[in-house]
Amino acid sequence: MRPFAALYAALDETTRTSEKVAAIRAYLAAVPPEDAAWAVYFLIGRKPRQAVSTRKLRAWVSEAAGVSEWLFDECHEAVGDLAETAALLLPPPTRTTTLPLHRWVEDRLLPLAGKDEAAQKADLRTAWDELDRNERLVFHKLITGAFRVGVSQRLVIAALAELGELAPATVAHRLMGAWQPSAAQFRGLVAAESDQPATSRPYPFLLAHPLEGDPAELGERDAWQAEWKFDGIRAQIVRRGGQLFVWSRGEELIGERFPELAPVAGRLPEGTALDGEILPWRGPDILPFAELQRRIGRKNLSRTILAEVPVTFLAFDVLEAFGRDIRERPLSERRQILEPLLAPLVGDVLRLSPVVAAPTWQELAGLRQGSRARNVEGLMLKRRAAPYGVGRVRGDWWKWKLDPLAVDAVLVYAQSGSGRRASLFTDYTFAVWDEGALVPFCKAYSGLTDAELAEVDRFVRAHTLERFGPVRAVTPELVFEIGFEGIARSRRHKSGVAVRFPRILRWRRDKTPADADHLDALKALLAT
Amino acid sequence: MRDPLVELTDRGLYCRAGDFYIDPWQPVERAVITHAHGDHAVAECEHYLTAAPGRGLLALRVGESADIQPLAYGAPIVHRGVGVSLHPAGHILGSAQVRLEHHGEVWVVSGDYKLGPDPTCAPFESVRCHCFISESTFGLPIFRWAPPAATMQDVAAWWRANQQAGRTSLLLCYALGKAQRLLAGLDPELGPIYVHGAVERCAAVYRAAGVPLPAAPPVLEAARGVDFERALILAPPSAQGTPWTRRFKRPVRGFASGWMQIRGTRRRKVVDRGFVLSDHADWNELLGAIAGTGAERVFLTHGYAQAMARHLRERGLDAHPLATRFVGEAGGDELSNVHVHSDMPDESVSMPDLSDIPEAPDDEEAMPPDLSDMPESPDDEEPTA
Repeated sequence: MRPFAALYAALDETTRTSEKVAAIRAYLAAVPPEDAAWAVYFLIGRKPRQAVSTRKLRAWVSEAAGVSEWLFDECHEAVGDLAETAALLLPPPTRTTTLPLHRWVEDRLLPLAGKDEAAQKADLRTAWDELDRNERLVFHKLITGAFRVGVSQRLVIAALAELGELAPATVAHRLMGAWQPSAAQFRGLVAAESDQPATSRPYPFLLAHPLEGDPAELGERDAWQAEWKFDGIRAQIVRRGGQLFVWSRGEELIGERFPELAPVAGRLPEGTALDGEILPWRGPDILPFAELQRRIGRKNLSRTILAEVPVTFLAFDVLEAFGRDIRERPLSERRQILEPLLAPLVGDVLRLSPVVAAPTWQELAGLRQGSRARNVEGLMLKRRAAPYGVGRVRGDWWKWKLDPLAVDAVLVYAQSGSGRRASLFTDYTFAVWDEGALVPFCKAYSGLTDAELAEVDRFVRAHTLERFGPVRAVTPELVFEIGFEGIARSRRHKSGVAVRFPRILRWRRDKTPADADHLDALKALLAT
Repeated sequence: MRDPLVELTDRGLYCRAGDFYIDPWQPVERAVITHAHGDHAVAECEHYLTAAPGRGLLALRVGESADIQPLAYGAPIVHRGVGVSLHPAGHILGSAQVRLEHHGEVWVVSGDYKLGPDPTCAPFESVRCHCFISESTFGLPIFRWAPPAATMQDVAAWWRANQQAGRTSLLLCYALGKAQRLLAGLDPELGPIYVHGAVERCAAVYRAAGVPLPAAPPVLEAARGVDFERALILAPPSAQGTPWTRRFKRPVRGFASGWMQIRGTRRRKVVDRGFVLSDHADWNELLGAIAGTGAERVFLTHGYAQAMARHLRERGLDAHPLATRFVGEAGGDELSNVHVHSDMPDESVSMPDLSDIPEAPDDEEAMPPDLSDMPESPDDEEPTA
């Protein structure tokens, strides 16, 4: 555990990507492959399921540290990170341990979830007595399912590629899909030739960049394929070995949650991988994303919800056809393969993303203005000559979204953030007017500069009306312009509306709360 | 019940019986100053009283022409019937706790203090009292310092590693106190040490007061073309990102402060390495110091006063937060016999006058959100050729 905790600290301590890659590479080269396998697993963002609830951890740490639980909460508020708070509060260990990472994970961590409370508590006490502050931090993050470290998957891939003298795309592909960390698996990851079976493995998703400028700057209109930008769940359908796998961008298998896909997609030819979007779609209409959220949250999909919110897989690209990886071929060729491949199956469940026909940029811009009426977010622009790259390749795929919807709202609650925003009040709740009262309608965390955050933080401290645990109610004085991508009716929210991707566009210092928008203005946006 | 010996007014802590202030926030006639940090020593008072070893630093802060009466540690004086004496607080050179005695009742105002070892100032002295007004900057149990010697070893190891990588070590720290403490603890054999002008001005006062510090010339006095690759540079945080730092090629940035205990603070400062080294008492030191006074009543000020007071109350002590000018964790509503700044907002719906909200004090450790530094420090400009 110690070398891994040291790696975690090293990654946390530097802001330079070259140093992060070097630290990961040095660690992976130095530890046994079974440790390296688990480290890669954790670093790319996979995590074991939560073994101990944060409530129990809080209670047991408070007891071991001899502090009241309210004092634990005060500390948590100052630190902004539960695992770190617990690591700082516990008394120093009396022993040390050289147990390697994979043994910690396999013998101590994974079994923890299946134990009863008394055994869990005893195990934690033993662990605390062996682990120093850095090790405890990592341990707590792993047992609470909150392990995250400030490296992107790209950096882990870069380190592995250097180590195995491989192309990053090869490593990226090997990391996709379901795999169990082991010495053999790690050797396969960095081996010259992969001999691992990869029946289920998806391809890394190509991600688009937002288009800020004028699309005319992209060059000839003909060089670009335009499609609608749909608001759903990005997914990849993989049909191999007689099986069907539906992957989310977070590399989760999500097929079970969308049972309507299998009967149709299961008829795709063997050796097919499609990229597309899962959308709520009933009859002729695309439904708002909020409808899809209603069914994502459910464990059991009732017949009613399946009827109310049916889904479709809207395919826009093909990455593998008849068992061959065709990602290197230009989009224009892939599209020519995609269309006939899909044609016999197209219907309510499987659809083809239409190419938006508009001979000039100007006409395309005109069509984009009608996006909201179509329940889409704008347009996608894809370079016809481009291969399907790995990750966030810049310049081939652009998302050209409509400008966000916006209202002016009043800051009413604040809560301290986490991570680098710990002990600063940076998480805000905003309200709009409704019949003379301020009704909260969204939370937003991003959009202010560090200097503005510090200023709002001082305001919150000086204008607290009431405390509710970590939340402060503040005098309604500050007005902000809040932007969001979409809006839908919601019975769960007091305001009656739910907005999608809210963020702070700017601080309206020129406005008083009286100038803030009314709920009616928000509801009017429902219609657009 | 008798009037309190010390009360909080809109100018700061005030002793009515003696008609003087302790660390006032605005110019007053008579001020007792616990130490020369900017949030404790305001300029333009008519008369100052401070501990003798801190006279030079206070003059640096409020001006050479100010009327400053030095008082030896432990030496008693009587002013308008109030006995006043100053006792080492262990915070920085010349820092003092203020002991007040009136009609048999003893109050002690701690100022800022620490109990840990520091070769640059006299160690904290425990003073018995009835009522103790203690700082609580780090009044949460997450703040427990490692022995300073271990932290100094970490700094030395970091410096050596940077030398091997051929990179300058830029160590940011408060220019008064922390910088001199670091200087005193660093091994000059490891390599050249240079300082920012603000650090040098304070260090000169330390040397004049007889505190031995290794040679550390200001960066601007270094010979032209000097190679800083093996050097360690001590500079205030305000120097970060200014032209002054551009002379160092790819420096590695460190930051020495108690706030480095929290990873989030370190990340917010965008430094490569945080060293937990504080001139304030940690949780255990605070509890020990408070118990050591034998005080029946305790007021807490700065930082996590409310949490610390509640913890002490749970242990049977009559403890309350004392609201200060600095908006922070102070919850003045719990104080009945001391005048308190209301931090409750008024009901108007106009934009707040944000200029009214005080800036973070210039003691880097007085407030968590932003670590600032000496207001007059950035005098270390590029010389114009």
